[in-house]
Amino acid sequence: MKTDSAGNLRRRTILPFRIKFEERISDVPKWYPFMISFGAVVVALLIGAIILLLGGGNPWLTYAHIARASFGSIGVFSDTLVKAIPLIFVGLACSVAFRMKLWNIGAEGQFFMGAFAASAVVLIPILPETAPKWLFIIVMAAAGMLGGALYGFIPGILKARFNVNEVISTLMLNYIAVAWNNYFIFAIWTEAGFQMTKVFPQNAWLPRLTDLGSEIPFFRGLTTHFGLVLAVIAAIIVWLILYKSRWGYEIRLIGDNPKAATYAGIPIKKHIVWVMMLSGALAGMAGMSEISGVVHRLQGAISPGYGFTGIIVAWLAKLNPFAVIFVSILFGALILAGREIQPSGVPKMIQGVILVCLIASDFLIRYRISIVRQGAEA
Amino acid sequence: MNSTSDLQQQVRKVVEMKAIVKRFPGVLASDRVDFELQEGEIHALLGENGAGKSTLMNILAGLYKADSGSIKVNGKLVTFSSPKDAIAAGIGMIHQHFMLVPSQTVTENILLGLSKPRFIMDLKNYDQKIIELGEKFGLPVDPKAKIWQLSVGEQQRVEILKMLYRGANVLIMDEPTAVLAPQEIDILFSTLKNMVAMGKSVIFISHKLHEVQKISDRLTVLRKGKITAGGVSAEGKSRADLARLMVGREVIFSLDKKLSIPGKVVLRIEDVHCLNDKNLKALNGVEFEVRSGEIVGLAGVAGNGQKELADVLTGLRHCLEGKIIIQGENIANMDAKAGIRHGVSHIPEDRTHVGTAPNLSVTDNVIMKNYTKKPIARGWMLDNPSADKYARELKDLYDIVVPSVNTPVRLLSGGNLQRVILAREISSEPTFMVAMQPTRGLDVGAIEGVQKLLLLQRDAGAAILLISEELEELISLSDRIFVIYEGEIMGEVTDGDVEKIGLMMTGTRQEQLEKMEAQYEN
Amino acid sequence: MNLLIILQAGVATGTVLLFATLGGIFNERSGIMNLGLEGMMLIGAMTAFSVTAKTGLPWLGLVLAMLAAGLLSQIHAFITITLQADQVVSGLSLTFLGTGISLVFGEGLSKAGVISLLPVFSIPLLSQIPILGKIFFDNQSILVYLGYVMVPLCWWYINRTRPGLHLRAVGEYPAAADALGINVYGLRYFYVFVGGLFAGLSGATISLAISPGWFSELTTGGQGWIAIGLIIFSQWNPFRALFGAYVFGALRRLILDIQGPALLFGFANPFYYNPYYGFFLQMLPYAFTILVLVIGSKDAIRKRLGAPAALGIPYIRGQRGI
Repeated sequence: MKTDSAGNLRRRTILPFRIKFEERISDVPKWYPFMISFGAVVVALLIGAIILLLGGGNPWLTYAHIARASFGSIGVFSDTLVKAIPLIFVGLACSVAFRMKLWNIGAEGQFFMGAFAASAVVLIPILPETAPKWLFIIVMAAAGMLGGALYGFIPGILKARFNVNEVISTLMLNYIAVAWNNYFIFAIWTEAGFQMTKVFPQNAWLPRLTDLGSEIPFFRGLTTHFGLVLAVIAAIIVWLILYKSRWGYEIRLIGDNPKAATYAGIPIKKHIVWVMMLSGALAGMAGMSEISGVVHRLQGAISPGYGFTGIIVAWLAKLNPFAVIFVSILFGALILAGREIQPSGVPKMIQGVILVCLIASDFLIRYRISIVRQGAEA
Repeated sequence: MNSTSDLQQQVRKVVEMKAIVKRFPGVLASDRVDFELQEGEIHALLGENGAGKSTLMNILAGLYKADSGSIKVNGKLVTFSSPKDAIAAGIGMIHQHFMLVPSQTVTENILLGLSKPRFIMDLKNYDQKIIELGEKFGLPVDPKAKIWQLSVGEQQRVEILKMLYRGANVLIMDEPTAVLAPQEIDILFSTLKNMVAMGKSVIFISHKLHEVQKISDRLTVLRKGKITAGGVSAEGKSRADLARLMVGREVIFSLDKKLSIPGKVVLRIEDVHCLNDKNLKALNGVEFEVRSGEIVGLAGVAGNGQKELADVLTGLRHCLEGKIIIQGENIANMDAKAGIRHGVSHIPEDRTHVGTAPNLSVTDNVIMKNYTKKPIARGWMLDNPSADKYARELKDLYDIVVPSVNTPVRLLSGGNLQRVILAREISSEPTFMVAMQPTRGLDVGAIEGVQKLLLLQRDAGAAILLISEELEELISLSDRIFVIYEGEIMGEVTDGDVEKIGLMMTGTRQEQLEKMEAQYEN
Repeated sequence: MNLLIILQAGVATGTVLLFATLGGIFNERSGIMNLGLEGMMLIGAMTAFSVTAKTGLPWLGLVLAMLAAGLLSQIHAFITITLQADQVVSGLSLTFLGTGISLVFGEGLSKAGVISLLPVFSIPLLSQIPILGKIFFDNQSILVYLGYVMVPLCWWYINRTRPGLHLRAVGEYPAAADALGINVYGLRYFYVFVGGLFAGLSGATISLAISPGWFSELTTGGQGWIAIGLIIFSQWNPFRALFGAYVFGALRRLILDIQGPALLFGFANPFYYNPYYGFFLQMLPYAFTILVLVIGSKDAIRKRLGAPAALGIPYIRGQRGI
C-alpha cells in the first residue's frame, strides 16, 4: 500500500521546511507505544493546567493536592485503591469490547444494573440476613455479573439483529439504568423516605483490611476491600481469554477485520452478543464490588462516572488487562482527590484532555515524522 | 494527423517528462524516468504490475508529486500540486477504479469540481450540453442516470466525457480494458482512434501485449521503475520482444500442463440464485459441476456475478434458492465453517480486505482456518508455540519474506501477502478450491509460481474453480471454461476458443452460437 | 394536559434537537461522524449563558456559543482528518472534554439568576391559523422560527447547489472529489466546523430560550446523543430531521404534562397517584431513541439508503478504494 499521506500538508509552502509523514513500514519496539502514551499524559496535564489557569484556578496547587490527597499516606493510598477497584473491572469490560471494536459506552449503565442485581439479593431478599458471608459474596457477585450481562445483552442483540449502533444504544441504556435504579431507591426499597436503601447486613459486606485490624494493627482503618483480589483475578481471566484462548483469537480477528473473520467461518453476530455480555458482566461486577465493598447500601450516587472513566482507562492501557490495573490506580487517585477540588469539573476535564491527547498520540505510532527542508524536495 | 508530413521533427510534443524520481517508503517506484507524448498519437505505457506505470502517470496527473524531475506540457515547464492543475493544463486521467460518485447523476459527476455553474446547479441546462458533447465524440450517455445504475462500459464513457468536458487534450487511461468484454474493448478502441483523429492524444497503460500491439502508435516499457524502451514504434515488435522488455528475461507462454484426469464430482450447484450488495439479482439459476482433479475456469466481464458466486460457494453470501452440494452435503446458507469442514478453501479477490487481518501477525493469519484443530487448539486454549511453529514451517515452504512470524501482515508486500493466503489455503489440502484472481497484482515470476501451485493441487486431486478476468490465464490453466454473463452461465467452452468465449461474455448463449454456426455452414 | 400546548412546546423543545441534528447531517455528509455533539452542546449552552449573564447581550452570547463549539469541533477535525484516528473514540473524547471544560468554566453559573433572553413573539396573521397557527407561530422564540427557515435552506444547499454537490461527493467518494481538485481535507474541516456551529447554536437554544439557565451536565441531559440517533433516523435529510426532532420535543413535554391530571382518558392516572412512576416516563425518550434506531436501520436496509459511503473512514490520498 503506497501512501502519500503528506497530501494535505503539502500546501504549506510558506515555511522553509515542511513536516513529512510517512507510514511506518517496520515494527516499532515494544517500549515505544508506552513512551508515547506517557508523553501524551504529560502533555495532557500541561494542557489541563492551561485550562485551569484560564478558568481561574491554580494548576500547581490543584495537581499537588491531587497527589497528596491520593498518594500522601498509606491511608489515602488505601482509599485510592478502593476507587481503583471498580475502575479495573470497568476498564477490563471496555478492553474486552474494544478489542472487538465494539464500542460499549454502556459500562455505566451495566455498573448500575450490577449494583441493582447484587442489592436485590439482600433486599428482596434472596438470601436471609443470617446467611454466611461466603455465600453472600458468591451469590451477590453472581447476581451482579448476571445483571450487567443481561444489560449488555440488550445492545448486543440489537446490534446483531438490527444493526443498531451500539454507541448510541448503550448510552441510552445508561440513562435508563439510572432511572430504573432511582425508581427502586425512591419507591420500593426506600428507607424512611430517604433516597437510599437500608444498610446491608455485615455478612453481605466484602471483607476489608480494617476487618483484620485486631490481628494486624497496621491494617487498622484501611478501607481496601476484597474486591481488589477479585479485580486482579478478573484481569488474569480476561488476559487468558484475550491472548491464550480460541475465543480471544476470534475476538481479535473480528476486531481487526470482520470480513476476514466471516471468511474464516466465525459467526460474528453470536460473538457480538457474547462479548457484550462478558463486558456487561465485568461492569456489573464493578457495581457489585462497590455496593458490597464500599457503600453497603443501594443509593443514587454510587458512581462518579466510573463507566466513562473506564473507557479512558482501557484506552490508556492499550487494552492490556494488566496495564488496566495500574492505570486504574492513577485514575482512582484522580477521582478520589477530585471530590474536594474546586471547580468540581476538574477531574472530568483532565480525563477528557488525557483521552484527546492519547488518541492524537496514536498517530506517532503509525507514522514516522520527519522535518524536511523545503528546498530538498523541489 | 496533419496529412502526410514526413518531417518527424514537426510533430508537436505534448508532454515531456524528464528524469522523474519518486520514492515510496521502501520502494523506488520511479527511477529517473523519461517519457514523451506526441500530439495525435496513442502511446502505450507497458509494464508489469508494480513496474511504476501508474505512479508515473499519477505524477503526470498531479496526484503525486515527484521527488525530482521536470514536466513540460506543450513546451512549457509546469509543476502540478493537485489534479486540478493537471486538468487545467489539459491532462486528464481515467483511473482503473472509476472516480465517479455512485449516488450522483452523470451530469453531477461531470460538473463536479468545476467553477461553473457557480452556485445554483441548473442541471437541466447542463444535461443538454452533456448530450451534445457525447454526440460529438460518439459517447452516448443518459445524463440523468445515477452512476450506480450504469454498466461498467457506460461508466467508462462518463469518465472520458468528464475529461473531455474539462477540455483535456491528453487522456491517460489506466488499464481501461481490464473491466471490459472483448466486444466492448473493440468499441473503446474505435472511440480512442476517433478521438485521436480529432486532435487528442492518448496514453494507454496496459500490461496486455496483444492490446498494445493492436491500438498503439508508439510505446514505452517500464521495468521496476526504469525505462527499458522509450517511445519506440509499435510496429515490428513481436510479443516475445515486448515481454522480454517487460520482464527482463524470456517468458514461456505455455505452461507445462499434464492432461487432467477428472475423478468424482466434488461440487455440484443447482439453480443458485442470489443478490449482490445493492440487493439486485446477481446470480440467476447457475448450475454446474466440478470434479476432483480438474480446473474449471469461469470467464466473464467483471461484475457479472463472479464475486457473488465465489461468496455463495464459500458461505459468505445468502443464497435465495438452489443447492450447493459438496461431497454430498448441501451447504447452501450455512456459514463459512460448513465449507471449511468439507475442505473448501478460498483465495479471495480482495486480499487485504477479505483474506487477511492486517494488524494481526503472520501466525494469526495463517491459522485462520485451522485454529480449532489440534495441535494449534488445545481444548478451549490456543497453543501459541505450536501455532508459531506451524507458521514458521509455512514461511519456509512458501518463501514468505518476513522478519518474523509475529510481524503484522500489513507490513508485507502484495506478493508476500498473497503467499500467506496461498500457504494457508493450500496447506489445508483442500478438496475444493475457489481461486478468484489469484495472480492479480503479482509480477511474472510470482504468477508462474502461483499457477504451478494451482496445477499441483489439481494433480493432487483437488477440484478447482478458477475465476479470472485474464482470458489468457484462464485458457492456459483451465481444463474447461464456463462463461458467466449477468448472473447466468452462457455455456461451456472446452477448446479455449477466444472468440466463442468473447461472444458469450457479451451475452450470447451457447445454443445461439451453435445455431449461428449451423446456419453459416448451411 | 392540553395537546395543543404539548405540541407547541414540542416544537420549541424540538428546536434544540433540530439544530444539533442539522449540524450532524452536515458533518456526516462530509464523511466525518462526530459523537462529540453532547460536549459541544454543553460548551455552547455554558458559553451562551455565561456571556449573557456577564454582558446582558443574548445575541453576543449566541454568537460566542457557536464559535466556542465550533472551536471545540476543530479538535475532532484535527484528530480524525489530519491524524486519521478513529472517529468514534475521538468523538467520545470530545464529549468528555466538552463536558469537563464547561463544568470548569460553568462553576457558579447556576447562581447567576435571571438573564435577558432572546426575543419571543407571535407572527401576525400566521398565528391566527387554527391549530397550526397556535402550534407553530404563537409565542415562540426567534430561534424556533430560525429552525423553520434553516430546514428548507439546508436541504436546498445540500441538494441543489455546487457546494452541496461537493459536500456530498466528499462524503461518498473522497478520492473522486480529490481527483477533480476538490479539497477533501479542507471541506471536511469546514463541515465539522459547521457541525460545531450548529451544536453551539443548539446549546445556546437551551440556555437562552427553551429552558434558560445552567444546570451543569443536566442542561443537555443526553440530548446530544438523542440527536445522533436522529441523524441516523433522518437518513441525512433535513426534513426528516425536522419531523423527528419535533416528535421528540413533544414527547419530552408530554412526559412532564402527563403527570398533571388525576384522570387520563377517563381512567385514574397512575402517574398522578404514584409520582414515582415518573421514573419510567423519564426512560421514554431514551428507549424511544433506541426504537427509532431499530426502525431507522431496518428502513435503511429496505430502501437501500445508506449512510454516506465514506462515513467514518479517514481519507488518505493515494490509498485505493474509498
